[in-house]
Amino acid sequence: MNTADLGRDVRSVPHLLARNVARHGGKPAYREKEFGIWQSWTWAEAAREIDAFALGLLELGAEVGDHIAITGRNRPSLYWAMVAAQKIGCVPVPLYQDAAVEEIAYALDHSGARFAVVGDQEMVDKLIDAQAEGASLHHVIYLDGRGLRRYDHSAMSSFADVQDRGRASDRRADMDALTDARTLDDTCVMLYTSGTTGRPKGVVLSNRNVIATSKNSAEFDALRAGDEVLAYLPMAWVGDFIFSIGQAMWTGFCVNCPESPDTMLTDLREIGPTYFFAPPRVFETQLTTVMIRMEDAGRIKKWMFDHFMAHARRVGPDLLDGKSVGLFDRLRYRLGDMLVYGPLKNTLGLSRVRVGYTAGEAIGPEIFDFYRSLGINLKQLYGQTEATVFITQQPDGQVRSDTVGVPSPGVELRIDDNGEVFYRSPGTFVSYYKNPESTASTKDPEGWVATGDAGFIEDGTGHLRIIDRAKDVGKMADGAMFAPKYVENKLKFYPNILEAVVFGAGRDRCVAFINIDLNAVGNWAERNNIAYSSYQELSQHPRVLMQIEEHVNAVNASVAEDPMLAACQIHRFLVLHKELDADDGEMTRTRKVRRAVVGQKFDDLVTALYDGSSTVYTETEVTYEDGRKGKLKATLDIRDARVIPVTAPRMEAAE
Amino acid sequence: MKDIADSHVTADGRTIGGVLMDMRGITLRFGGVEAIKDISFDIREGEIRAIIGPNGAGKSSMLNVISGFYNPQEGEVWFRGEKRPPMKPYQVARLGIARTFQNIALFEGMSVLDNIMTGRLTHMKAGMLAQAIWTGKAEREETENREAVERIIDFLEIQAIRKTPVSRLPYGLKKRVELARALAAEPKLLLLDEPMAGMNVEEKEDMSRYILDVNDEFGTTVALIEHDMGVVMDISDRVVVMDYGRKIGDGTPSEVRNNQDVIDAYLGVAHD
Repeated sequence: MNTADLGRDVRSVPHLLARNVARHGGKPAYREKEFGIWQSWTWAEAAREIDAFALGLLELGAEVGDHIAITGRNRPSLYWAMVAAQKIGCVPVPLYQDAAVEEIAYALDHSGARFAVVGDQEMVDKLIDAQAEGASLHHVIYLDGRGLRRYDHSAMSSFADVQDRGRASDRRADMDALTDARTLDDTCVMLYTSGTTGRPKGVVLSNRNVIATSKNSAEFDALRAGDEVLAYLPMAWVGDFIFSIGQAMWTGFCVNCPESPDTMLTDLREIGPTYFFAPPRVFETQLTTVMIRMEDAGRIKKWMFDHFMAHARRVGPDLLDGKSVGLFDRLRYRLGDMLVYGPLKNTLGLSRVRVGYTAGEAIGPEIFDFYRSLGINLKQLYGQTEATVFITQQPDGQVRSDTVGVPSPGVELRIDDNGEVFYRSPGTFVSYYKNPESTASTKDPEGWVATGDAGFIEDGTGHLRIIDRAKDVGKMADGAMFAPKYVENKLKFYPNILEAVVFGAGRDRCVAFINIDLNAVGNWAERNNIAYSSYQELSQHPRVLMQIEEHVNAVNASVAEDPMLAACQIHRFLVLHKELDADDGEMTRTRKVRRAVVGQKFDDLVTALYDGSSTVYTETEVTYEDGRKGKLKATLDIRDARVIPVTAPRMEAAE
Repeated sequence: MKDIADSHVTADGRTIGGVLMDMRGITLRFGGVEAIKDISFDIREGEIRAIIGPNGAGKSSMLNVISGFYNPQEGEVWFRGEKRPPMKPYQVARLGIARTFQNIALFEGMSVLDNIMTGRLTHMKAGMLAQAIWTGKAEREETENREAVERIIDFLEIQAIRKTPVSRLPYGLKKRVELARALAAEPKLLLLDEPMAGMNVEEKEDMSRYILDVNDEFGTTVALIEHDMGVVMDISDRVVVMDYGRKIGDGTPSEVRNNQDVIDAYLGVAHD
């Protein structure tokens, strides 16, 4: 991507700001709800605020190349601080506000940040603790001075004070010269990735990365000035940086900041964003709330909801994708929109959503379809920090819950022999800060970056499907691909199933352990008058096993549709007599199954699954919450699941 | 004002001023029962003053004397250098004294916002007629009062429940709304009747922080009654200890903690 594509004068985010002031000067750029009222700033006003802060930073002694740590909840002032830093050649380093002191100390030390701009006292306290651990800050700037009055202010100021110093400054010419000297290759932002192993890495993204990606992705979805977003996801996450700074600056749309994290849903309803991003968790929570409230609704309302939602599930997604739908169905959908979908979308705050995205983890197909059937254009994207978010995304009209879309504009994809996905794009990161080894092992000299995920590109549609983490993908005895997480995720989409562990690497067929979800299954048992005295008893109840068997059969049918993964169908399974638990070392603290540990610990069960026996007796050592150890004894039923022959004629993707 | 000369600065940098309220020889009787027996103590401007004691010690009665709900049979109440004649509670409120209640006394059917707005009553000057026809003055006043209330909502971090009816709130939040309503009156002296009663540890910590912040940010003098000794010792500047209607200790938390009478009466010695 060369400079001409981006426009001659666009060399950095501050250049985009100047362009927006010229183009949209009087239109709202930022809103924040404070004291119960939406306060708003136009592009021209925001630019003045940013200038004042940038000059204030100069007065405080900020120099080109300084790193400026920024942390707090999403507030316009913090976004301005980032752009102000860029204006004078400094690098903003947004940090997670809920990070522990050690993590913050590490990031401050590693980036060598000299300044920090933070939200409130809590963050200031963390910085003070971090400095005790060795980080050395030149000056701390806070937004909310509550509780800070008696702190030592020799190296601390409020945001407003710094701006006042800036407004009184006579170094405007210096600042303008610094802004003018920015180039597309300068660092735009540095973001720390958590990383599952080792220390976090500082991903350096250039102005070119950010601006080119923002341009491409904004054009992909026809984002424009006049769009509204709600900025509520952590500022340290690359997505928020791209949505709330990159794309907002490129298109000139308005960034709205909630009043507090707790008011997010209310603020969402008030703003009614047209462009919305949320992890699957947010959609799940909203759906659950709706369902619970519908359970309490009156008979007529409940009937209307059930009736029209059934209709929406049938034709809604097709209507959204622009496929042909009969006139009668269209009219019924229209009626449903008036009576149910419209009011419901309004309650959810999603009435105006033109483009909605979910990403981060797999979203359950029912949840995804629920929103699509209401007429909300919810799509999926696949990305990572190193790619400046976008690797693939779903174009309008080609949205499915099981793919992550086609390569974003400008992105090249490659799948290597092991099935790992590689990409190369204008957004490919510059380097990991002060870490050439990791940079070299992640990004090859030609610019290809390994994602660490295994996937394949679907024939015919060109959509990418992510199967699993590359390191978990193995081969079965006959050489077929074994992707346990792919199958487990499908199982876990059923509310009755809390966890699933699939075995089969190096074997001729797959088997599975299942953990029931005590809440969901217990609830079901209560409603059906099924008495049980323990988790173990409930887990082995014939009717529970029957339900689980149906789920497994359904998953097999769905897995079998995929010729590459058909071998991963589950032949036999059992329902575990205890919940997998981090205290017993079976899971990590973040609730990820430790496959190897589980396989070893329940070796007898795995053997029984493969040797054809119909029941198995087992004794398991467990650790109680107070640290005592005990033994669980159980006889577990082993069930055979219905498997669809792998040699069956290939089913074309006909969903 | 009297005694203003002897103001001092605490270790954490707050200025404690002269005597704001002086209770002199207060005795309160209900029929033949002496709830309070000849108690004297003072509350200084800017301090957090706690009144503690076992059940039935007369703490709540004392708070009701301060708030003007009870008129003591003997003794004098001096407020800001003047002797306070027997008063109705609303007159006391106008003097700048606001309180919260042990058993939450909010308007359950009203929203949080409306409840807090009632705390602004003493600041509303426009007459009923002006309010009804919504003249410029009434409208301006409403805006000013709403702004003051919104600042308190922001301060106590209850934005998310602004429009929620109080009856739907959990106990801990109701306590916070009560505090908000008391603060809305912009009191000189804030009386808190067991602000932490029935709360879990986290809620207690939150409430302690709010009380300290109120005292710090607005310079509000706080007098509180509390059962939870730990909390009291942590946040108070001075503590009055009552037992069976008598004052058995008065001083800083560390002085009180080492006072043998207090240990005997309050913390108990007879368990061995």
